[in-house]
Amino acid sequence: MGFRMDVERFDELLTELQKNYRIYAPVLLKGKGRYSETDTIRYAEINSIKDVVFDKKSVFSPKEVILPITQTLFYFTEDNVIEPKVDEKNILIFLRSCDIHAVKRLDEIYLRNRFADSYYAALRTKVKFVLMECEKSFENCFCVSMGSNRTDEYDLFVRLEDGKVYVESKNETFDGLFKDEENAEVSPKFVLENETVVKIPENLDQRVFKSKMWDEYDERCIACGRCNFVCGTCACFTMQDIFYKDNPNAGERRRVWASCMVDGFTDMAGGHSFRKKYGERMRFKVMHKVYDFNKRFGYHMCVGCGRCDDICPEYISFANAVNKLNDAMKEVE
Amino acid sequence: MLDINTKQLKKNAFRITKERGKTAVRIRVPGGNMHVKFFSVIQEIAEKYGNGTVHITTRQGFEIPGIDMKNMPDINKMLQPIIDGLEINQEAPGCGYPASGTRNISACVGNAYCPYGNYNTGELAKKIEKAVFPHDRHVKIAVTGCPNDCIKARMQDFGIIGMTEPQYDPYRCVGCQACVKNCKKRATGALKFENFKVVRDHSKCIGCGECVIKCPTGAWTRSEEKYYKLVIMGRTGKKNPRIAQDFIKWADEESVIKIILNTYEYIEEYIDKEAYQGKEHIGYIVDRTGYQEFKKWALKDVNLGPKAEVAQTINW
Repeated sequence: MGFRMDVERFDELLTELQKNYRIYAPVLLKGKGRYSETDTIRYAEINSIKDVVFDKKSVFSPKEVILPITQTLFYFTEDNVIEPKVDEKNILIFLRSCDIHAVKRLDEIYLRNRFADSYYAALRTKVKFVLMECEKSFENCFCVSMGSNRTDEYDLFVRLEDGKVYVESKNETFDGLFKDEENAEVSPKFVLENETVVKIPENLDQRVFKSKMWDEYDERCIACGRCNFVCGTCACFTMQDIFYKDNPNAGERRRVWASCMVDGFTDMAGGHSFRKKYGERMRFKVMHKVYDFNKRFGYHMCVGCGRCDDICPEYISFANAVNKLNDAMKEVE
Repeated sequence: MLDINTKQLKKNAFRITKERGKTAVRIRVPGGNMHVKFFSVIQEIAEKYGNGTVHITTRQGFEIPGIDMKNMPDINKMLQPIIDGLEINQEAPGCGYPASGTRNISACVGNAYCPYGNYNTGELAKKIEKAVFPHDRHVKIAVTGCPNDCIKARMQDFGIIGMTEPQYDPYRCVGCQACVKNCKKRATGALKFENFKVVRDHSKCIGCGECVIKCPTGAWTRSEEKYYKLVIMGRTGKKNPRIAQDFIKWADEESVIKIILNTYEYIEEYIDKEAYQGKEHIGYIVDRTGYQEFKKWALKDVNLGPKAEVAQTINW
């Protein structure tokens, strides 16, 4: 079902939705960029469709809405454990096709990887997707190569064009909301080609570990982890047990995002640590995204959003690293 | 026959040189940034009246040597597009620079494109230039974007160093400690890791913004307000060279400009009237009157913000 309405009308409906939903979208944060007098685009709650940034890629992915960066799992006292309350409201997320595909990968890890993670499930079941279309491919995107450029797994599709809002609803939950609106033919357009094309070698396997291609990353990578943190599919976390300063008998257990590129990720009891070299960490990350996730779940983890390439301060291209695998396989065969 | 008033020549931004009858003209470029279209003016002067070379000065100006003193009026006319284009305060058009005592306000590139720059140094340099020029008093001012101090603000009477007050969002912090390690290694060790989150010691923080730059999750961001550290009375020279010391930390732009203007009044009151050619570095005046007297004059009618910290005493 498609509808057309003024921005003001759409915002009224948004306000109506806010009774039951927290609505997240990529927004412009003025002056909050890394460098002086620069802005950034991140996910935050919105109150108007005018808050949504449609024409640029968000720096961070929408995953932080479902997978909080810092999440308290429980509070403990000497003889009691309490889980924090879960917000009653449902969640609407404005996001692009690649990001919807990315959430599918998170679901794979958190819901279908033998055990369902109850903390993830509690938030995930509340989520509905509002698809944003990409008028054209952004810099560093390679969604077409990864097959994440198209999706029909959305609840609403919203386009803002010439002061009008076009909505396609695929979820009957919203039938009542839009019933009085003007009908229109609305369907999303998808990107069909990217400047960046990535080709994963068909014969890729662990022999590529021996390639010399990883050595250059020992020197180039600084192990900052930005690539992991902006990634919509990176799912790793670490645990932190906090003992409150005033009373160490009480505290909380948190989980926070972790990065396979950052020091400490492979630290073991007894002080052992694997993958000390940054090139080894790069190899692990690349192979996880385009090899071993696929081996277990039958499709690649990387969705080709290109955020890792956008953010790398050392101008390392993940996409190019994947393409280098072709020569690397020839080298080790 | 040459009959030249050398006092006026110097005030007009020309100089006496080794070669009798030859002069050099100094072009001030506040903030050290200008449109390249003015190169053609410099080139024309150098080729037509000079010896075909130009010296790039330490204060980010140009000095064109080898000019016959008799051609100074022509040079001043030719300089007019540069003086207009760089919006230099002037008394009469076509007469060149009205003063040379207060030197060009120099600046690093600042946040125009340097990742470390905490503010637009060029803009502030121009603003200060507008406020203080022309003036005969020998005052050196430079502005720099961050405590790296690429402009060498600490060798000036007034050095202005950009600061940002880092804002921490513990929710976004993953405890990677990139900021903590970097602050310890490259800045002042103002950050500590406690209970898996970062604690900033404001008394140690120099507002360099390195933590914001290093943070991979955007947990650190910049304050909306821009802050400045004002360092004072640095100097080079024969008598007693020294580095400028911290006067005010976390100051605002308006206060900094007002303090500089106040200082000119202080100079008029206390300058050595017998000083050679009427030139005395302010630092020597402060040595004579004491820091407290300087401070009293400098802070007159200045409304510093709540974060500002003024040095109680300074031992250079």
